[in-house]
Amino acid sequence: MNFDLTEERQMLQDTLRRFLRDRYTTETRNTIIDSEAGLSAEIWGELAELGVLGALFSEDQGGFGGAGFDIAVVFEELGRAGVVEPVLDTALICGGLLTELGDDDQRQLVEELIGGALHLALAHSEPGSRYDLDAVETQIVQNGSDIVLNGRKAVVVNAEAADHLIVSAREAGGLSLFVVPSGTAGVSLRGYPMLAGGRAAEVMLDDVQLPESARLGAGGRALSALEAVIARANVALAAEALGAMETATALTREYLLTRKQFGRPIGTFQALQHRMADLLIEMEQARSAVINAAGYLETDQRDKQIASARNLIGRAGRLVAEEAIQLHGGIAMTQEYELAHIAKRIVMTDHRFGDTDYHLERFIELSAA
Amino acid sequence: MDLSYSPEEIAFRDEVRAFLDAKLPKEMSDVIRAGGELGKEGHDRWHAILNEQGWLAPNWPKEFGGAEWNAVQRHIFEEECAAAYAPRIVPFGLSMLAPVLQKFGSKEQQDHYLPRILSGEDWWCQGYSEPGAGSDLASLKTKAVRDGDHYIVNGQKTWTTLGQYANWIFCLVRTDPEAKQQEGISFLLIDMNTPGIEVRPIILLDGTHEVNEVWFTDVKVPVENLVGEENKGWTYAKYLLTHERTNIAGVGFSQAGLNAVKRMAKAEKHKGKPLIENPHFAARVAQVEIDLMAMSTTNLRIISKAAVGQAPGVEASMLKVKGTIIRQEINDLARRAAGPYAMPFASEAVEGDNMPVGPDYAGPVAAQYFNNRKLSIFGGSNEIQRGIIAKTMLAGG
Ligand SMILES: Cc1cc2nc3c(=O)[nH]c(=O)nc-3n(C[C@H](O)[C@H](O)[C@H](O)COP(=O)(O)OP(=O)(O)OC[C@H]3O[C@@H](n4cnc5c(N)ncnc54)[C@H](O)[C@@H]3O)c2cc1C
Ligand SMILES: Cc1cc2nc3c(=O)[nH]c(=O)nc-3n(C[C@H](O)[C@H](O)[C@H](O)COP(=O)(O)OP(=O)(O)OC[C@H]3O[C@@H](n4cnc5c(N)ncnc54)[C@H](O)[C@@H]3O)c2cc1C
Repeated sequence: MNFDLTEERQMLQDTLRRFLRDRYTTETRNTIIDSEAGLSAEIWGELAELGVLGALFSEDQGGFGGAGFDIAVVFEELGRAGVVEPVLDTALICGGLLTELGDDDQRQLVEELIGGALHLALAHSEPGSRYDLDAVETQIVQNGSDIVLNGRKAVVVNAEAADHLIVSAREAGGLSLFVVPSGTAGVSLRGYPMLAGGRAAEVMLDDVQLPESARLGAGGRALSALEAVIARANVALAAEALGAMETATALTREYLLTRKQFGRPIGTFQALQHRMADLLIEMEQARSAVINAAGYLETDQRDKQIASARNLIGRAGRLVAEEAIQLHGGIAMTQEYELAHIAKRIVMTDHRFGDTDYHLERFIELSAA
Repeated sequence: MDLSYSPEEIAFRDEVRAFLDAKLPKEMSDVIRAGGELGKEGHDRWHAILNEQGWLAPNWPKEFGGAEWNAVQRHIFEEECAAAYAPRIVPFGLSMLAPVLQKFGSKEQQDHYLPRILSGEDWWCQGYSEPGAGSDLASLKTKAVRDGDHYIVNGQKTWTTLGQYANWIFCLVRTDPEAKQQEGISFLLIDMNTPGIEVRPIILLDGTHEVNEVWFTDVKVPVENLVGEENKGWTYAKYLLTHERTNIAGVGFSQAGLNAVKRMAKAEKHKGKPLIENPHFAARVAQVEIDLMAMSTTNLRIISKAAVGQAPGVEASMLKVKGTIIRQEINDLARRAAGPYAMPFASEAVEGDNMPVGPDYAGPVAAQYFNNRKLSIFGGSNEIQRGIIAKTMLAGG
C-alpha cells in the first residue's frame, strides 16, 4: 500500500496551492463573486496555463492526467481556496462528455477548452428532476434532417458564460445529448448568482432547431456516459468539500488559539477542545472517503464507493461547517470573513448531484444488489 | 395533571386568532411566510396595529400601558402569531429596555421613554457586545467619563441588530476603570443622533444587513440618561437578560417552520412520489417533530411555573439550547427539501419582476439555514448556556 501522491501530482498540488494562495485572496474572490460575470476570465486563463484543466484529461484526450486522483488533487485545492470558477462544469463535466461521446469535430472543442478558450455548461436537470439523472422531460422531434428541442432546464451552472450548452433530451425512450451553441434561436436564459458564488440560469428551449451534427453520441444512448461523467463530478465535489473543510478546520484552529475571552484563549476551554478533536477525526474519515471514491473510480465498485463518499462527506461537511461557525461565534457569520464563504461552499456542494440522503439511498440500493 | 388549556385560555386563544384574522395584513404575512424580512416601515406598521389593540406590550404592567398577560397567555399569543406568520416584534425597546426602566429607571425616564416605545416614536437597539467582549461581556471597554453634567463616551459596539433603523441605543459602558470588571459598568441611554456616533453596516453571510458596528467618538451624553446608579449597570444588564430570554424556546417558530417543511416535502417529487413519502426524509421530519412535541410541553411546564411567579432559572438555558437545535435542524430539513433549487442566491433570484426561479418556497431556505446559525451564538451562546446548566448540578450553583 502506498498513500503518497505521485511526483507529478505532488507537483501539481504544490503549484496550484501556491498559485491560489498568492492570486486567489479572499478579497480577489469576493470581487469576483460580486461581479456581473461571477467568474474571472483572467484567473481562468491562468488556471488553464498552469495545466489545471489539462490535468483532468488523459494523454490521448489531449491532457496529461484524467485519473481519479488527478481529479481529487485539483479539486481539493480549488476547494481549499473556495474557488468559484466553473472548472467542474466546463472542464470535468462537459469536457468529459465531449471526450466520451464526441466525434472528431466535437472533440476539437476539448482542445480549445484545455487551452482556456472555451466555456461550457451542462443543461440537464429540470425543475422537477431533483437529483435523478434519468428524469428528463425535454423532448426532441425530428423535422426532416433537423432536430427541434423543447423544454426547460433548471439551475444550469455556468450557462451564461458558456459558448455551448450540452443539452439533454428524451428520444426513442432514451436520453440524448446535443451541443447547442449559445445564442441559438429559441434558447433563452434567466441568470442569477448562487448563494455560494458563481452563477447559474434557468434555460428555456422553445423550438430550438439543430442540425443532426449537434447530436453528441448515438441517439437515446447517452445515459451511461452521463453516469460515468457524473461519477467523476462526484469525486470532484467530494474532494472540493474536503479541501474546503480543511480550510474551515485550519481557520478554526487558528481562531481558538488567538481569540481571548475570560482572560484566556478560548481554545483552552475543554468544551471547545473536544469539539475540535471530533472535527479532526471526521476530517481523517473524509480524506479516506475521497481516496476511496477516487481510487475505485475506474472499477466496478465505482457507484457504491461514490455513494459512500458523498454520504460521508455530506455528513462530515455539515458538521465541520456548522461547528466551525459556532466555535468562531459572531465573526464567522460575516460575509467578508473567509470562513463564511468556505462554510457555504461546503454545505452547498450537498445540493449538486445528490445530497447526503440521496447518496445514502443509492448506497443501500447498491448494497442490496 | 391536565394537559389541556382551561376554558379561559381557549377563549383567549380564539380572541387572538380572530384578531390576527382581521388585522394582520395579508401582504405582510405573505412576506414572512416566504421567508422574507420586513423593513422598518413594515415593522412600524405592525407595531401600530398591535398598539391600537393594546397588545403591543403583553409583558408590561397595566400602569405603564401594558396588557399584563401571564406567561401562558403570552405563550398562546406568540404561538398564534407564529402560526399566522405575523412579523416578529422587535424586542429591544419593548421587552428588553422597558422592563429595566420600569424596575430601575427614574420617574422622568419612565414617563418620557415608555410612551415613546409604545407609539413607535423611538426605535431602540442593544449596545452590549464589543469586538473583544462577546461571551465575556463584562470585559467591555467602551468608556464613559463624567464631565460636569455630561458623560463623554468613546469606544465601539458591534453586532448591533437593526441599529440602522434605531434612533436610540442602550449601552453598557465602563465608568470606573479601576474597579473589578463587573463593578465599574453603567447603563446608559444614548441618542443615536448625537454628534460623534457612526453606524457601519456588517453584511452577514446570507447577504443581509441586520447587524452593525456603532462607533463612539467623544459623544456627549447628558447625565440624566444614566439608568439607576453609576457603576451598578451589571445588575440591570443581568435583569435585562432574563427578559431577553422570554420566548426563548421559539416553539411557535419551530412549529411554523416544520409545517413549511411538510408542505415543501408534499410538493417536491422524488422518483415520482412526494418527498414526504421518502422513508429517510420522513424519518428526519418525524424525529424533529417528536423533539418539538416534547419541547413544547417542557416549555409549558416552565411557563406555568413562571405564571405562578416562580422565576425560571436554569430552565431558560435548557430551552435556549434545545430550542435553537430544533430550529436549526428544521432549517436544515427545509434546505434539503428544496434540492437543487436551494442553490440560487435568494435575494436576487426571488425578487424583482423577473421570472421566478424554482418553486416559491425554495428561494430563501438556504439563506435562512445559514442566517439561523446565529441562534446558537447570540443571546448567550449554547456553550455558555451548557456551562450554566452544568454549574447548577456540579458546583452546587
Ligand atoms: C473492561 C475493562 C478492561 C480493562 N483492562 C485493563 C487492563 O487489562 N489493564 C489495566 O491496567 N487496566 C485495564 N482497564 C482499566 C482502564 O484502563 C481504566 O478503566 C481507564 O484508564 C479509565 O480509568 P477509570 O476507569 O478509573 O476512569 P476515570 O479515570 O476515573 O475516568 C472517569 C471519567 O472521567 C473522564 N476523565 C478523566 N480524566 C479526564 C480529563 N482530564 N478530562 C476529561 N475527562 C476526563 C474519563 O474519560 C471518564 O469518562 C480496563 C478497564 C475496563 C473497563
Ligand atoms: C446575528 C447576531 C446578532 C447579534 N445582535 C446583538 C445585539 O443586538 N446587541 C448585542 O449587544 N450583541 C448582539 N450580538 C452579539 C452576541 O451576543 C455575541 O455574538 C455572543 O455573545 C457571542 O460572542 P462572540 O461572537 O464574541 O463569540 P465568543 O465569545 O468569542 O465565542 C467564540 C466561541 O467560544 C465559545 N466560548 C466562549 N467562552 C466560552 C467558555 N467560557 N466556555 C466554553 N465556550 C466558550 C463560544 O460559545 C463560541 O463558540 C449578536 C450576534 C449575532 C451573531
